[in-house]
Amino acid sequence: MGKKAKKKRLVIIGNGMAPGRALERLFETAPDAYEVTIFNAEPRVNYDRIMLSPVLSGEKSFEEIVIHGDGWYVQHGVILYKGAKVTSIDRAAKTITAEFIPSSSGHAPLEPSVSVPYDRLIIATGSSPIIIPVPGHDLAGVLSYRDVDDVNAMLLAAKSGGNAVVIGGGLLGLEAAAGLKEQGMDVTVLHLMPTLMERQLDPVAGHLLERAIKARGVNVLTQANTRAILGDGKVERVELDDGTILPADLVVMAVGIRPNAQLAKDANLDVNRGVLVDAAMRTSDPNIFALGECVEADGEVFGLVAPLYEMAEVVAAQLAGDAGVTFQPKATATKLKVTGINLYSAGDFAEGDDREEIVLRDAARGNYRRLVLKDNRIIGVVMYGDTGDGPWFFDQMKRTADVSEMRETLIFGPSLTGGIPLDPAAAVAALPDDAEVCGCNGVCKGKISGAIAGLGLKTLDDVRAHTKASASCGSCTGLVEQILMAQLGDAYSPSAVQPMCGCTGHGHDDVRRLIVAQKLKSIPDVMQALMWKSSGGCATCRPALNYYLLSTWPGEYADDAQSRFINERVHANIQKDGTYSVVPRMWGGMTSARELRAIADIVDKFDIPSVKCTGGQRIDMLGVRKEDLPAIWADLNATGLVSGAAYAKGLRTVKTCVGSDWCRFGTQDSTGLGIKLEKFLWGSWTPAKVKLAVSGCPRNCSEATCKDIGVICVESGYDIHFAGAAGLDIKGTELLGHVASEEEAIEIIAALTQLYRVQGRYLERIYKWAKRVGIDAIHAQVVEDKERRKALHDDFIHSQSFSQADPWAERVAGKDAHEFTPISVFNMVAAE
Amino acid sequence: MKADTHDWKLVGTLDEIPKQGARRVHHGDRTIALFRTQDDQIFALEDKCPHKNGQLSQGIVHGNCVTCPLHNWVISLETGTAQGTNEGRTQAYPVQVRDRKIYLDFTLNQVTC
Repeated sequence: MGKKAKKKRLVIIGNGMAPGRALERLFETAPDAYEVTIFNAEPRVNYDRIMLSPVLSGEKSFEEIVIHGDGWYVQHGVILYKGAKVTSIDRAAKTITAEFIPSSSGHAPLEPSVSVPYDRLIIATGSSPIIIPVPGHDLAGVLSYRDVDDVNAMLLAAKSGGNAVVIGGGLLGLEAAAGLKEQGMDVTVLHLMPTLMERQLDPVAGHLLERAIKARGVNVLTQANTRAILGDGKVERVELDDGTILPADLVVMAVGIRPNAQLAKDANLDVNRGVLVDAAMRTSDPNIFALGECVEADGEVFGLVAPLYEMAEVVAAQLAGDAGVTFQPKATATKLKVTGINLYSAGDFAEGDDREEIVLRDAARGNYRRLVLKDNRIIGVVMYGDTGDGPWFFDQMKRTADVSEMRETLIFGPSLTGGIPLDPAAAVAALPDDAEVCGCNGVCKGKISGAIAGLGLKTLDDVRAHTKASASCGSCTGLVEQILMAQLGDAYSPSAVQPMCGCTGHGHDDVRRLIVAQKLKSIPDVMQALMWKSSGGCATCRPALNYYLLSTWPGEYADDAQSRFINERVHANIQKDGTYSVVPRMWGGMTSARELRAIADIVDKFDIPSVKCTGGQRIDMLGVRKEDLPAIWADLNATGLVSGAAYAKGLRTVKTCVGSDWCRFGTQDSTGLGIKLEKFLWGSWTPAKVKLAVSGCPRNCSEATCKDIGVICVESGYDIHFAGAAGLDIKGTELLGHVASEEEAIEIIAALTQLYRVQGRYLERIYKWAKRVGIDAIHAQVVEDKERRKALHDDFIHSQSFSQADPWAERVAGKDAHEFTPISVFNMVAAE
Repeated sequence: MKADTHDWKLVGTLDEIPKQGARRVHHGDRTIALFRTQDDQIFALEDKCPHKNGQLSQGIVHGNCVTCPLHNWVISLETGTAQGTNEGRTQAYPVQVRDRKIYLDFTLNQVTC
């Protein structure tokens, strides 16, 4: 055979999500057919533009939304030119020419431009935001909302607070407004039309949306036409047609997009609003495809991701030689990615003589749904509030199913409409293979179940990696899990979705995420919003929820004593006979004659049967009657002794050796550092107990290498260890890092504790958390990334400002008095 | 209609017990735990878990059950029986609430008939 057939040269102009998807498909079906070169005008890899709003609101980082990292391009032999803008296409010579954009760091490119030949070319130049040409639109501080550069500019502007004006009350404008509000700016949305998102929503849903947006503190002005943007060199004010003047430090224009078709036009390709393509996605030159937001097909242009991904499938198939796959624009559903606001719309919902509508309104619960029917088929759906049934309606609509049989109950969704039973697993099993599960990535059920069966997928992450289902906004995660469960049965590792307890199907991580995302601030709120199956939870979920709320909303959440285990409710440890034990704090294990004398007096006065030293260098008084606790605490407080929290899922003890104070081997003041750490960390609530130790030299007399967090002092500074265990499991610690100063050690330990506080599952000790999330991931956040470390440290300090009050003193002063006395006493001596 | 043959004793008021909480009544050397549920029902059980005599009054109240603080047995507030796979029963006492006042019958001699 001799030499292998030479690969064809495929050149792609643009590195957005659509060409990225096309390449993924092409590499699956015809991995060796093309030698690929990509030109990207943005100086970076391919990322998920749908997720820009979560980046703006702070829920995700840029790294989390990267679709293809640098490694992916290397792995597939793709040459990626970053920061290179294609300036011309020579169709006769079949070459393109690109100019390098000087990078912001002032790095001059080696050559000003490059020419590359192609056999096949894909134009994927995307779209540009429309900038309204009002006076002042070119002032500094006027931004659009299209890419990561825009988001970074907004985040920078938001740092100094101030006023933001968002022009455009559509999908992007509202997401931008919510994100800027989240970043602390005062935000006004200007919308030209009478109701928000009028292209996707009917007026009723538009008003509900406006109310919800206003409820988050964003000002909304409808029928507001911008006359001018004013300012001296930079934005200062926005003036409306009616004369209203709004102060503005930042203006975001989000009024729409326009296909970038100029390059194609210059190459004499057929262009209308966008680059014209046929059903095979070919332009008027058969060697040139166009793909994505720059395209016009069947008279339509496209901005949502689902049709763009469908185009990508077509281009990939055509390139691989399958001419039968063609593009037909389909209805697309819209979702707003503003946390806590759920709306869903698809199809056509204008009124008309030949149309009927079914409306369901539940004002108290903020629910609204409207179906538009024509000839007994759903042609439009608008939902606000509970949107869970959206995909089902959408599926009925796409399949143009005759709904006359179920008309009576149709509006209540599949659970009441017969056909599909109430049980979610059965409902998923009953979905047809072509039912769309993941709207963001256009993945239907058949594709997911096919991948599970064909590739032997076992976990949610597997499914995300191979099908992209639930990999973008994640709202279909539950459905995908149901498909996994239905298909694998017991083989589906339930660890992925281990529910917190029998009261809920949600796992700990989901509950935590939703508490943050939906801003749930009380246990009843959580149970309501996450549809708890029991009326008041149980002894497993209630303490966990109480902790999650307490750690998520410091200073805001009111602790629920009745959801705490008895020891934390009365700040003492219950014993087998119903008496309690009392352990005062001894900072770093240090005590004094005065404290010991006070303890001795208390033991005598209250006739306490046992006194013992604990493993954490404290003194434990055992066998105390519950009624005596407040009086004992009063005596301890009088000597300056406070609660040792020996009962807490929180900081317990910092054990120390005598260090350089006394020990001939001591390298640093380990006792002093232990005391500092304990005074810094005390009072904090954590997922499970936290015990520390500080040793003054590697002989490690305080046994720091089996603690949750341990410090070993050495001549050059401090080795910080963590994730040890010496209980049910025995495990040596992992080395987290070495630092030169006490200050740095304390900052890292506070950051570590805070990360554990927000990531650890209730009752999960540090070593188990570290095993679950990975030592490297923790190291990256609390050691390497100094900004992240500082932020965690500051979060911890904020939380501590609400938690460092001695619970014993509070109860001596009368708090929870009902805990310590019987409700009534009947003396039986006289009666019997 | 039969006359009420209970020997009701006033032991306290609804407001003295936190919702989803409990208080103790000492009666000679017996201790009875009074429970108040989320929906303001009141139940009375001897304050001893059938497992290892843990004080049920110190447990977490959820629905119409309490979880014992010692080993997490779940006990029905209505009947005193252990739930799930655990077996055992603790004494339940008749209790009634009138005008937010709680009355308890310590006698235990009105079983049936």
